[in-house]
Amino acid sequence: MGNPNRVKAESGFMRWVDDRFPATQMWQDHLSQYYAPRNFNFWYFFGSLALLVLVNQILTGVWLTMSYNPSGEGAFASVEYIMRDVEYGWLIRYMHSTGASAFFVVIYLHMFRALLYGSYKAPRELVWIFGMAIYLLLMAEAFMGYLLPWGQMSYWGAQVIISLFATIPFVGPDLAQWIRGDYLISGITLNRFFALHVVALPIVILALVVLHLIALHEVGSNNPDGIDIKAKKDESGKPLDGIPFHPYYTVKDVFGVAVFLFVFAAVIFYFPEGGGYFLERPNFEPANPMVTPDHIAPVWYFTPFYAILRAITFNIGPLQAEFLGVVFMGGAIAVLFVLPWLDRSPVNSMRYKGWLSRIALALFAISFVVLGVLGALPATPLRTMVAQLCTVIYFAFFLLMPFYTRMEKTKPVPERVTG
Amino acid sequence: MADNGVNKGRRRLLLGATTVVGAVGAVGVAVPFVASWQPSARARAAGAPVQADISKLEPGQRMTVEWRGRPVWIVMRTPDMIERTENFDPARLADPDSQVQQQPAYVTGPLRSIRPEISVLIGICTHLGCSPLFRPNPDDVDMTAWPGGYFCPCHGSYFDLAGRVFRNVPAPANLEVPPYRFESDDIIIVGEDEEAA
Repeated sequence: MGNPNRVKAESGFMRWVDDRFPATQMWQDHLSQYYAPRNFNFWYFFGSLALLVLVNQILTGVWLTMSYNPSGEGAFASVEYIMRDVEYGWLIRYMHSTGASAFFVVIYLHMFRALLYGSYKAPRELVWIFGMAIYLLLMAEAFMGYLLPWGQMSYWGAQVIISLFATIPFVGPDLAQWIRGDYLISGITLNRFFALHVVALPIVILALVVLHLIALHEVGSNNPDGIDIKAKKDESGKPLDGIPFHPYYTVKDVFGVAVFLFVFAAVIFYFPEGGGYFLERPNFEPANPMVTPDHIAPVWYFTPFYAILRAITFNIGPLQAEFLGVVFMGGAIAVLFVLPWLDRSPVNSMRYKGWLSRIALALFAISFVVLGVLGALPATPLRTMVAQLCTVIYFAFFLLMPFYTRMEKTKPVPERVTG
Repeated sequence: MADNGVNKGRRRLLLGATTVVGAVGAVGVAVPFVASWQPSARARAAGAPVQADISKLEPGQRMTVEWRGRPVWIVMRTPDMIERTENFDPARLADPDSQVQQQPAYVTGPLRSIRPEISVLIGICTHLGCSPLFRPNPDDVDMTAWPGGYFCPCHGSYFDLAGRVFRNVPAPANLEVPPYRFESDDIIIVGEDEEAA
């Protein structure tokens, strides 16, 4: 029965299953005989942690919808109800809100790992592009989720972001009205964001996670040396520098999960608002379209891009500064998608790249953090200048990459993985 | 044997025709889904014009009415405020003559109003939609020769008392003047044009 080419259990229940569904085959392909390089380090925890946080978000999110009321009149009160009256509602909500920030922490570290070891380079371009699509949708998911508590910062943050669409020449105002479904952000907007946040985007994100993993397992994981472990195999065809993902890396990742959960629990129990960065203070007031908070800042994970948006204070030709800001902000994300074709270095890992690449990555990381800090602060002329400088560095890192990765002298790459 | 009696030309035609008809159908199905995001009939009804009674508005005071969910400011400008606005250095303003269409055609001049003393503005910053703060007096803002006006706390844009934007601030255009008309001396209808009266 079934596909005779499949690996199947000898007998018993698993044999019955394997004749109808490739369970043993999939177990081997993706876990027990998926060979991962043996030199994974600290940076390789964050992929599995992202998966953990995704499960946390879905589980807590489903529970929150049971008590949440997605209407302009009832949303704020229902969040208060969850916090005060629902048994353990406070915990489930804080797991969800802290989970959102944790998601971006692990995703940013996961992406930095890719920059460090060249994990986006051939043949892993599609792994990177699926990952970037997940990141983009995650930002949309987080943005729409932040509207749901219907607090002042929910409301005015959404106002700023939806206004970004209104800056597009000709179609902008109509487009913004179409997104809102009203002349202003109202319960109508809240309802559609709820539907997208809870149903539509999670389905697409889950599908993309599956594609990300299928693409990864097709080409195999990169490693800190950035060399191909499939180039050196033993007589049975197993990579000499590979070890089965299960049990070696499942056990390693369980350790990472334990450490992560310590930190995660500490934040949930002792700093659930993250000092005003995870849950912003104006959000403890209900949304009021007539009163703008004194200072509008997005949640921390959006601030680098928000700082780029604000750094564009000048018109170029007929293009207005406000539209250009949106173009630059969009460009800052779009340029990440073409990264695999910008890096022309013969080596993958930063361990064997030259000084130019190292300095470029360091400057990029610093400017990204500085932009993140500036994006959370009110604008002043000096801060705008610093943001402009960091924006230049941000784009220079990508746009000059084809040149500095080719110019520099790289170090010889070892035959086998080190350390 | 090569094509087993299959008429490839006819197969291609049928395949092409089916694809085209299917694509047209897909576009047709998309229409209700896309159109469903437009403001509903109830939302459109809620966007109807509003009436404001300005009989109790004192000189120098501002009142706010809500039109289409946006704050509309009605300010009774004092002669001093009018003088400061009219005589303000136009070089410090980005669009002193209101070249950009941010007002109905019947709203003209540096004061951007139908009557000089009554200013009607939509209180939403033209940068990214925050609501600026009312700073009507010369010492309200730490700036040389502040004529009185509005300051947006979000990204630091300045506007004078006619809603005209300053140079070198993030906001690209003057504050919007909504369509409005005077029903009587004391009643303003916001959301209706003068000629529609």
